[in-house]
Amino acid sequence: MAAPVHTDILDELRDSVLERGEPATSAQVLQLLRLPDERLEDLLELAHQVRMRWCGPEVEVEGIISLKTGGCPEDCHFCSQSGLFASPVRSAWLDIPMLVEAAKQTAKTGATEFCIVAAVRGPDKRLMSQVAAGIAAIKDEIDINIACSLGMLTAEQVDELAAMGVHRYNHNLETARSYFPEVVSTHTWEERWETLRMVREAGMEVCCGGIVGMGETDEQRAEFAGQLAELEPDEVPLNFLNPRPGTPFGDLELMPAGDALRTVAAFRLALPRTVLRFAGGRELTLGDLGARKGLLGGINAVIVGNYLTTLGRPAESDIDLLGELSMPVKALNETL
Amino acid sequence: MSAPLSTPTGEPVGTTYCDQCGQPAGEGEHDRCAVRRAMEPPRYCADCARRMVVQVTPNGWLARCGRHGERTSVDPR
Repeated sequence: MAAPVHTDILDELRDSVLERGEPATSAQVLQLLRLPDERLEDLLELAHQVRMRWCGPEVEVEGIISLKTGGCPEDCHFCSQSGLFASPVRSAWLDIPMLVEAAKQTAKTGATEFCIVAAVRGPDKRLMSQVAAGIAAIKDEIDINIACSLGMLTAEQVDELAAMGVHRYNHNLETARSYFPEVVSTHTWEERWETLRMVREAGMEVCCGGIVGMGETDEQRAEFAGQLAELEPDEVPLNFLNPRPGTPFGDLELMPAGDALRTVAAFRLALPRTVLRFAGGRELTLGDLGARKGLLGGINAVIVGNYLTTLGRPAESDIDLLGELSMPVKALNETL
Repeated sequence: MSAPLSTPTGEPVGTTYCDQCGQPAGEGEHDRCAVRRAMEPPRYCADCARRMVVQVTPNGWLARCGRHGERTSVDPR
């Protein structure tokens, strides 16, 4: 009797993902997440090849701003903006002139996306009106795509945002469906999915990712990759937990850098054609060397500058790094 | 017994607070605060330890104390 043939997972995916563009399954992602350290470089190299083959060398650059900070009624356990935890973050509203100035700062970096974010369950009339005024003021002065992240939406709000010219809507599923109840108890994963469905129906691009390193298992991380692949978002922002003081996840350890890079590469193989964006927590989890490895391991988009409540690397550092890696910043007329 | 010297706004002279945890800067451990400061705007007023209203922007921050006014990443004081 012939001995069973064991195919190497990377060889298998070189054929299915790199050559044919078929996303890796959750079972395959799980194998990738469990590859030993000595195979990490091979994994990153394959993920980079997949990114170059199916997305190209361009990198999409984005800046983000918090329009309404803190005081959120939801209990997302990673978030310093929940009003339910003893976090030092206080409520704040940004005025329109400062919002326009932030968009200008972002555009100066060469970014093509500017995302307006509010810490809310979903927008009320006051917030929708502030967003409408803000978008109109930005469009008057700056040529940049505008994205929004305002929580869960009604069908009417989806239509209003589309009519305002919102290019992309961000609403993260955050984690695997099976782990979500450990992360949020005030709303469900399915409610988030419903908003994403409506956003796509209205013709806006869908931006949906999450945070890794929140205590989920490898199986759940692989499950999450499969669920994102099923959603087929235009963009997946990948955050690494930055444990925030006062939150239920405030005492969790940072994710090991090797696991973070494995996750980047595995998500690229599960999402070969998607914009995969380095988002919050990368500076702490990966450091400068990790940013480079991630960009050479499947990432093709970055958030530059500061985040919503925390500081990031100076935008120039990332732009310089992209130049060094011969990765051109995607131009406005080339965005999806 | 004389009252301790104080500033016009009421804080004891010479008292400063950690802008990350709000505890007196000269007391206790602030190693974690020092690490955090690299990636965090100030959260507490260094003059009175009040929690500040902080707005982070793409290339800076602005923090406002109800008693001691505004400070920014350009002029952190």
